[in-house]
Amino acid sequence: MLESFVFTVFNGVLYGMLLFMLASGLTLIFGMMGVLNFAHASFYMLGAYFAYQISVYAGFWPALFLAPLAVALVGAATEKWGLRQVHQHGHVAELLFTFGLVYVIEEVVHLIWGRNPVNYHVPPSLDFTLFTLYTTDFPAYRGFMLLVAVVMFVGIFLLLTRTRVGQIVQASLSHPDMVGALGHNVPRIFTLVFAFGTALAGLAGVIAGNYFITEPGMAWAMGPIVFVVVVFGGLGSLTGALIGSLIIGLIQTFAVQMNYSIADLLSGIGLSIPQDAFLGTIWHLDLSRVGPMLPFLLLVLMLIFRPRGLMGTRET
Amino acid sequence: MTEQTMEQSAKSEAAAAPGFLRRYALWVAGVVIVLVLPYIFTSGSAITMLTQMGVMVIFALSYNMLLGQGGMLSFGHAVYFGLGGFYTLHAMNAVINGGWSFPLELMPLIGGLGGLGWGILFGWVSTKRAGTTFAIISLGVGELVAASAQMFTDFFGGESGITTNRVDAAHQMSLLSLNYGPNIQIYYLVAVWAVACTILMYLLTGTPLGRMANAVRDNPERAQFVGYNPRVVRFAQFSLSGFFAGVAGALFAIMFEILTAENVGATQSGMVLLMTYIGGVGVFFGPIIGAILITWLQSSLSSFSEAWLLYFGLMFVLMVMYAPSGLSGIIMSHYLPFKNGLVRRLLPSYALAVIPTLVMFVGAVSIIEMGYHLSTSYLPSRPMGLFWISVVATDAWSWIVAVAILLVGLAACRWSYRRVGRAWDEVNETLVERGLA
Repeated sequence: MLESFVFTVFNGVLYGMLLFMLASGLTLIFGMMGVLNFAHASFYMLGAYFAYQISVYAGFWPALFLAPLAVALVGAATEKWGLRQVHQHGHVAELLFTFGLVYVIEEVVHLIWGRNPVNYHVPPSLDFTLFTLYTTDFPAYRGFMLLVAVVMFVGIFLLLTRTRVGQIVQASLSHPDMVGALGHNVPRIFTLVFAFGTALAGLAGVIAGNYFITEPGMAWAMGPIVFVVVVFGGLGSLTGALIGSLIIGLIQTFAVQMNYSIADLLSGIGLSIPQDAFLGTIWHLDLSRVGPMLPFLLLVLMLIFRPRGLMGTRET
Repeated sequence: MTEQTMEQSAKSEAAAAPGFLRRYALWVAGVVIVLVLPYIFTSGSAITMLTQMGVMVIFALSYNMLLGQGGMLSFGHAVYFGLGGFYTLHAMNAVINGGWSFPLELMPLIGGLGGLGWGILFGWVSTKRAGTTFAIISLGVGELVAASAQMFTDFFGGESGITTNRVDAAHQMSLLSLNYGPNIQIYYLVAVWAVACTILMYLLTGTPLGRMANAVRDNPERAQFVGYNPRVVRFAQFSLSGFFAGVAGALFAIMFEILTAENVGATQSGMVLLMTYIGGVGVFFGPIIGAILITWLQSSLSSFSEAWLLYFGLMFVLMVMYAPSGLSGIIMSHYLPFKNGLVRRLLPSYALAVIPTLVMFVGAVSIIEMGYHLSTSYLPSRPMGLFWISVVATDAWSWIVAVAILLVGLAACRWSYRRVGRAWDEVNETLVERGLA
């Protein structure tokens, strides 16, 4: 029991940190430009595919650095020649643009790499057991993922709070007009932030693509969850994104492990509910099967009761 | 009464009948076209496609009640479409099993009420907010329902979905004593419902609710000052839109006799957004154009190109970037020049723009199709048919030629579109000079 609990916490934190890698970029872009980048998970997918392609020729380690760079270039191009064009039509048009981008990126991935999963594997140098707790092995690659996520978090934190660029970005988050008035090139900052945000998503793709599966459906699988995380944590708040990621990651990982239903819980206190009772399916639904819908339930509840999210400072 | 006034009144009486015709000419023509279409396209697959177009017209129009008229961008409209369809399937199965009696012709009402009920429930939650937040809530609700569809297998039928048999249901009870086996009968059933729903939705745009929905879309604060609660207006608009989506879902269910969890999911929601936007959200008939065009493209493109979704996506993105008013918006922008006889000033520049556009199109399609051929074909070096010639996709020269065509097309497009822009500037100037714009 304790063993599975410890490992579920490990996995939940790991999944949460992965979500955070996506959510941090998304929330930076939103906070700065007011653009909810619907295609954020598509850049995550691009990161995985680029990493696969680079690793075929040069191995995993160059891919770790080159793939996010390539994604950043795609992101910068998207902002410069796409989003900026749409900006004049308002936020809904921007959302629509990134929504269309989801289709385009997914189909371009089909076009280049086909519809089947590609053979993107954990590098042999990281394919060993880090430690064994009780009887379960902990793979080294998971430790590596955790390390990358933590380094990235610290990196973003230092970048935003300790450097001049970070200060300008932070200022643009709250007072874009004032920053423009001070002589900074706000459109260029936008392009940089968009490229940086998509690069973070790309990095997440590089380290998650080989741990999970690199396939064209991975963007649709990840996209809505990341939305939940940023809205849950509060749009535009990095701390909120971190807390939101960890909570959603833990909830999802724990829900999969649990085979309890409301009926089981009630029978524990002496109430038994037959299978064919009124709304029988609901009472006897295992938590593990409810798992996939929990994040969205949380999202809807959060938006009803606290629309600005956990740590958000403004209502959208 | 003087001679003059008598003459006038006689004139106005004579003008009354043509006045009616002139006023509703488009509607009458539309209904006539709907009625005679199956006699023009008589093949079975054509009638199935026409029927599907009818269903999608209702669905897209109901979506435009949100996006175009109410300014609500929804990523989960298929929820009401799909739930309405599932209610209809269960109602039909209940009729078949003898538990209940209800004519098949009115089954879409069941779907509509199902859509309305869930529209009221989810609308209450989501219409509290507008703009981006509304869009995210709709996405959340959509994913919530899609995830529940996997869990509640009694209602959604799990992997295999819920099936029914419309002939059996019609056999139990049908107002017109038809059996609804042949496709043509389903076509006319859908046509009647589509025309009725279109008229109803059009009339809705003229009601105080419809007008206030526009006001709330444009400026919620002002609408509030006039004394309307923007939230209530959005809520009413949302619920009614759910009703029409449910009707469309019911007709879809009657037509295909099967629904799966996919029909409440993100794909269907995305498709209706694409249709409506490409057709144009600013004009009432825009979504009709979009629904017809996309349904046609979907079935004709998907049969000979694997890349049809990429073409849709590109078309949508280009529309968002360069023609946010959609196809109907482009058509409507020619109305004033046409009325004032200025269109012929535009035509030369259009004629000039056609060829570069085609060249660019040929280049882009060649690249996309050769790419798909490389990634999906078992034998990529096998020659493929492309614009009536045979091309080897593994040959570097094919790619060089295709890219060259695309680049030449792009450059020529830039040049010729500037000409179109200048022609438009002139036309607009003339209109302003004449005091018309």
